[in-house]
Amino acid sequence: MTDPKYPRSEVNSEKCKGCGLCIAACPMHVLVESPKLNSKGYHFAEYVGKGCVGCGNCFYNCPEPDAILVYLKNYDPEKEV
Amino acid sequence: MKKTMLQKPKGFIDEYKHKAGAEKDRTHYCPGCGHGILHKLIAEALEDFGLVDETILISPVGCSVFAYYYFDTGNFQAAHGRAPAVATAASRANPDKIVISYQGDGDLAAIGGNNILQAANRGENIVVFFINNAIYGMTGGQMAPTTLEGQVTTTTPYGRNTDTDGFPIKMSEVLSQLTAPTYIERVSLHDAPHIRKTRNAVRKAIKNAKERKGFQFVEVLSTCPSGWKMDPVKSMKWVKEKMLPLYPLGVYRDLGDDAKITTRPVPVMDPVAVWEKLGISAEADVDFPRGDVAEEYRKLSIRVAGFGGQGIMVTGQALASVALEYGYNVSWLPSYGPEMRGGTANCSVNIQDGQIGAAEAVKPSMLLAMNRPSLEKFEEAVEPGGTLIYNSTLIDIEPTRADIKVFAIPITGIADELGNTRVQSMVNIGAYAAITDMFRVEDVIALLPKLFKGKKQAILDLNAKAVKAGFAYVKDNFK
Repeated sequence: MTDPKYPRSEVNSEKCKGCGLCIAACPMHVLVESPKLNSKGYHFAEYVGKGCVGCGNCFYNCPEPDAILVYLKNYDPEKEV
Repeated sequence: MKKTMLQKPKGFIDEYKHKAGAEKDRTHYCPGCGHGILHKLIAEALEDFGLVDETILISPVGCSVFAYYYFDTGNFQAAHGRAPAVATAASRANPDKIVISYQGDGDLAAIGGNNILQAANRGENIVVFFINNAIYGMTGGQMAPTTLEGQVTTTTPYGRNTDTDGFPIKMSEVLSQLTAPTYIERVSLHDAPHIRKTRNAVRKAIKNAKERKGFQFVEVLSTCPSGWKMDPVKSMKWVKEKMLPLYPLGVYRDLGDDAKITTRPVPVMDPVAVWEKLGISAEADVDFPRGDVAEEYRKLSIRVAGFGGQGIMVTGQALASVALEYGYNVSWLPSYGPEMRGGTANCSVNIQDGQIGAAEAVKPSMLLAMNRPSLEKFEEAVEPGGTLIYNSTLIDIEPTRADIKVFAIPITGIADELGNTRVQSMVNIGAYAAITDMFRVEDVIALLPKLFKGKKQAILDLNAKAVKAGFAYVKDNFK
């Protein structure tokens, strides 16, 4: 399996409340609960580093506005302002 | 433009600066709360349609009471259940704006049940997002109107019993019985595909609102992991297994292009425009030039109090009416007890140049006490440095305050000497004129025919004497 840079899911470990909805919603099972705790004491979600297809399920299932961002397939850092 | 990135939508405020506490970068919602998911869908739609600055969002009471922390829109927070009424006002006054009423099931289906019915029935041009999680979340998981039969809550420890607690209310079905609503759909947040459907419903409702297509209602089945005492993932399954059979998803109303676009009269908010419509000149109509009024009497909040029948209301009306002729802004607010006679009556009068806020003289700068109970009741409330005028004929106690100016005047006695205690009110006006230098006696007398329309000349003459007597008493007895 190739390991393209995009698409890719990125969890903000401090803002994540560890609810697990993104993990349950991920069709590729590439989000997991971290064994580590954040400063609020939550086991935050983590992207395993490969396999994301950029479906956005994690983003739309996450109740926290700023805890997950997803770089889609067509993301181009050059074009981002 | 195709998105290249999914990130915090611009419909949210960058930093939640209104939020209490140190954490200004995350919501107050519990882990896994459905509110956050719906918030994100709304904020995203507002950004995508370029409507963030065109939207007024009404926060309810419930966990989403703080929705105004997060949305970068105009915001109101309404009293419990009243969001549709506030939304109605916002929409009527701003017909070109998108108005969103965001409510939970305790707020919308219980205390606000009639508010939502009437707003829907009027076909108000608003979007209602109705989060239904079958429970009162914020207060700790009590039974709501939407609680399922048999569902255990803190107030139904043996499960909701329909014999005693009634049946779950299906708001989408109820509202779909009305003629006016344009779009009613029930959606759910229980898994990713249904969140996509919810996203579509949110976007459709907001688009309809942009096109002024009347009343939009989206019921969103959601979770309350904390209130249900379940983990977030299990609570999503609970929605699917328990809530969906009772609350079928789907479109209950969609008038589409047949939706009627209603144009309603926009309320006139500008006082000058209101005066013009009423044929009143915006310029103050000054009949009498002002005298030299001391600074302390230029912004008066007056309480006049006494027995019913002592001319309390007449005194208040006369103070306001005469001051009006000198070009002051005035208000007069009567307060009657439930008893018709013998009880106490009082009124509040404001006289000043600026705009008058509260009409009631809660902390009066002047108290005119005509009997003992009024002195006892209101003396404490007088502002330090204020003025007390009391009727020494009937009041046999001394005032207790040392930080106010006191004028003891035998008001009833003066009126009685003139032959009629019913002229006490004009003795009051005379005394007031002498104390404040606000009115000239001849001006007040000139106004008497206007104040006592239809009264005989003899009565007017007697009242004129009373004004003079009140004035003279103060000038003779106080410096």
